[in-house]
Amino acid sequence: MILKAGPQPGDKTAGRWHHPDMDRNFTARGNHDMGGLPGGEINRDEHDFALWEKRVDAMMMLLTNKLQIMTVDQLRKGIEALPPDAYEKMTYYERWIASVTNTLLDEGVISADELSSRMAEIEARGPETGGAG
Amino acid sequence: MARFSVGDRVRVRAVFPPTPPTHVRTPYYIRGHAGVIERICGAFGNPEELAFGRRYGPKSTLYRVRFRQADIWPDYEGAADDHIEIEIYEFWLEPNERENAA
Repeated sequence: MILKAGPQPGDKTAGRWHHPDMDRNFTARGNHDMGGLPGGEINRDEHDFALWEKRVDAMMMLLTNKLQIMTVDQLRKGIEALPPDAYEKMTYYERWIASVTNTLLDEGVISADELSSRMAEIEARGPETGGAG
Repeated sequence: MARFSVGDRVRVRAVFPPTPPTHVRTPYYIRGHAGVIERICGAFGNPEELAFGRRYGPKSTLYRVRFRQADIWPDYEGAADDHIEIEIYEFWLEPNERENAA
């Protein structure tokens, strides 16, 4: 069964409460806000996290708890602000790192120059060895 | 101090979208719907302010609100007394005047 998220635009079923703003701003559903929409197949396979994913998680813990540079809600806001196309294609931790990066740039914690030179440095280092390097 | 008590009839504000654009924890599908306060969860930081990194603003009371599934989904096929409970911040709720007056 597929449930339609209600109220639907123009839905003026007898006795059904209807607010004019629902029609006017119907496009305002956030791309991420998909409760009630068809979800498709759910992949129930267990999987291990890649090293980089664990690092992203660890970085977020440091930023929110120890350093208090960012909040979990800021992470969410950044993820929800991703273009719909990017949001669909990115994996869970890709969304995280995109949001963390944008937030740290916005807040002036890192500069675009610092980020790009560090990325070039890491790329030049060659493939990940699995160590802390 | 909580504005609503357990059993109060409330309605979720019909705001589409929130202004300014921020992180909102009230799902789209529940906005504008009428429910009943099931419990008071406590007072927590406002996620819509926390989303801008503002950690120390006033807290807001969070409620668990109970809705009839059949009210939410026009084509709901489950049992008539099925409910959904959603945790919603106080500033997203208003008294359901229509039903309170009835």
